[in-house]
Amino acid sequence: MNMRVIGGWLLVVLALAAVPVALPSAFYLGIATHALIFAIFALSLNILIGHAGMSSLGHAVYLGVPAYAVAWLTVQAGWQPVPTVIVALLMGTALSALFGILALRASGLGFLMITLALGQVMWGAAYRWVGLTGGDNGIRLPARPALLGFDLSSALSFYVLVSIVLLIALCSLWQFDRSAFGACLRGTRDQPRRMSMLGHNVWLIRWAAFITAGFWGSVAGVLYCFDYQFVSPQALSLPQSAEALLMVVLGGAGTLAGPVVGAIIITVIKTVVSSYVDRWYSLLGLTFIVVVSVMPRGLVPGIASWLRGKRA
Amino acid sequence: MAVDALTLRDVDALYGDSHVLHQVSLTLREGALLALLGRNGAGKTTCLASVIGWLKPRSGSVNVFGREVAGLSPEAVVQAGVALVPQGRRIFPTLSVRENLVVAQRGRGLWNTERVYETFPRLRERKSQAAGSLSGGEQQMLAIGRALMGNPRVLLMDEPSEGLAPQIVAEVGRIIARLCAEGLSIVLVEQNLNLALSLAQDVAIINTGRIVFTGTAAEMAADHATVDRHLGVF
Repeated sequence: MNMRVIGGWLLVVLALAAVPVALPSAFYLGIATHALIFAIFALSLNILIGHAGMSSLGHAVYLGVPAYAVAWLTVQAGWQPVPTVIVALLMGTALSALFGILALRASGLGFLMITLALGQVMWGAAYRWVGLTGGDNGIRLPARPALLGFDLSSALSFYVLVSIVLLIALCSLWQFDRSAFGACLRGTRDQPRRMSMLGHNVWLIRWAAFITAGFWGSVAGVLYCFDYQFVSPQALSLPQSAEALLMVVLGGAGTLAGPVVGAIIITVIKTVVSSYVDRWYSLLGLTFIVVVSVMPRGLVPGIASWLRGKRA
Repeated sequence: MAVDALTLRDVDALYGDSHVLHQVSLTLREGALLALLGRNGAGKTTCLASVIGWLKPRSGSVNVFGREVAGLSPEAVVQAGVALVPQGRRIFPTLSVRENLVVAQRGRGLWNTERVYETFPRLRERKSQAAGSLSGGEQQMLAIGRALMGNPRVLLMDEPSEGLAPQIVAEVGRIIARLCAEGLSIVLVEQNLNLALSLAQDVAIINTGRIVFTGTAAEMAADHATVDRHLGVF
């Protein structure tokens, strides 16, 4: 590992550690925690968009279903936190395996429409199946549970947990990108026919990517439920899927830092700027239009190539 | 009797409504190099496409070391031990040189990234570079190295000398000769007759989708009438 890589990771750890010092109030630390959870969610969607070249408009399924699972198992079934988390992750991942089989019957626009339809089916079920989901009222967690003796009730302790999970996600996805499988996935994104000529089952590679994305989306979903201590159909909705797509494209699809940057910017606009600006949705749209006009590949690759140009 | 590396028997193939291969029969002996020659549009690439599984033959058989592969998907044909160096290289431009090789790794055999780098030292120098930034000759070496990473028993090469400078063509020729000497069975589709005849033991000529000549390289070199009629050069 060269010095630049070590330096980069050190910077990430330092930045995560600096946030509670810079933002000691529970309110702002809570917003930082939301941003990091959405960073994990955007990273999971980036596996599909950036690495596999498949745009999904139904990724909120893997945020919402595990969140519902956590809420329901805790409140209705009275389960302990650890088995609850494990089952919620398994459910989200298994659902992605099933939906992957359906969605990967098509590619491009067809894939987008199938993911959208599956997302709407799940949203509709959450909205209408009141007996199970509480309908529009959702399910409220009484309190944030302690996990493995780790008390999560304070904003700081929950922030630490989310930071650790984000670091694990970043490390895993960095390794994923550098692995032979990562190269195969990018091969299927760019030239699927050439990959089959090398003896690869393109469908299987895409399915494995879809499931990996579903797993990391589910991790974000579990944290989402602990964070808000509440889940409603909104977690499964189309705007939620579209917002994640926006985060990935804004920050830069196919990069490790891009989805994190995109998630932070959009969360800040949504939660902080919206307190001061009434038309914050317009501001969000405007930000997006400006960024993709000036830097079509997203902020992170755009700024990186701008810096390279300045240095040269 | 030894099993042949690759045999096509009475293969008929169509692109939509147009009949492109007519009763094509070819034999590649184990460890030999068969040059498949013909003019542009004669059906050479189509022959390779029908072996690798891009084009399903309507009838006839394609046999790899005794195993029927006609109608199988490209990945199943590759798993049966066939590799293709496609025309125009067709590398992955956005992946690095090393990644281009790693994605093609298959089976346990002689070939791994290290051996490819030994065969093509220039690829080692450029291993972290995006493959799209290589020169044409280097891309051709990468395409050959990538095919070898699959540890094939039958190698199909579609015009490996196309668009390359003469000294690179000679280098590619030396490498093909070495692979053949090491026992790999090769089908070489070529427009460069001198290169093809210097490497091949056996030759087949295809014209408008029909095999019009099969024989040894020496027989073909002696048969000026056939060469003139079907290749129109010399």
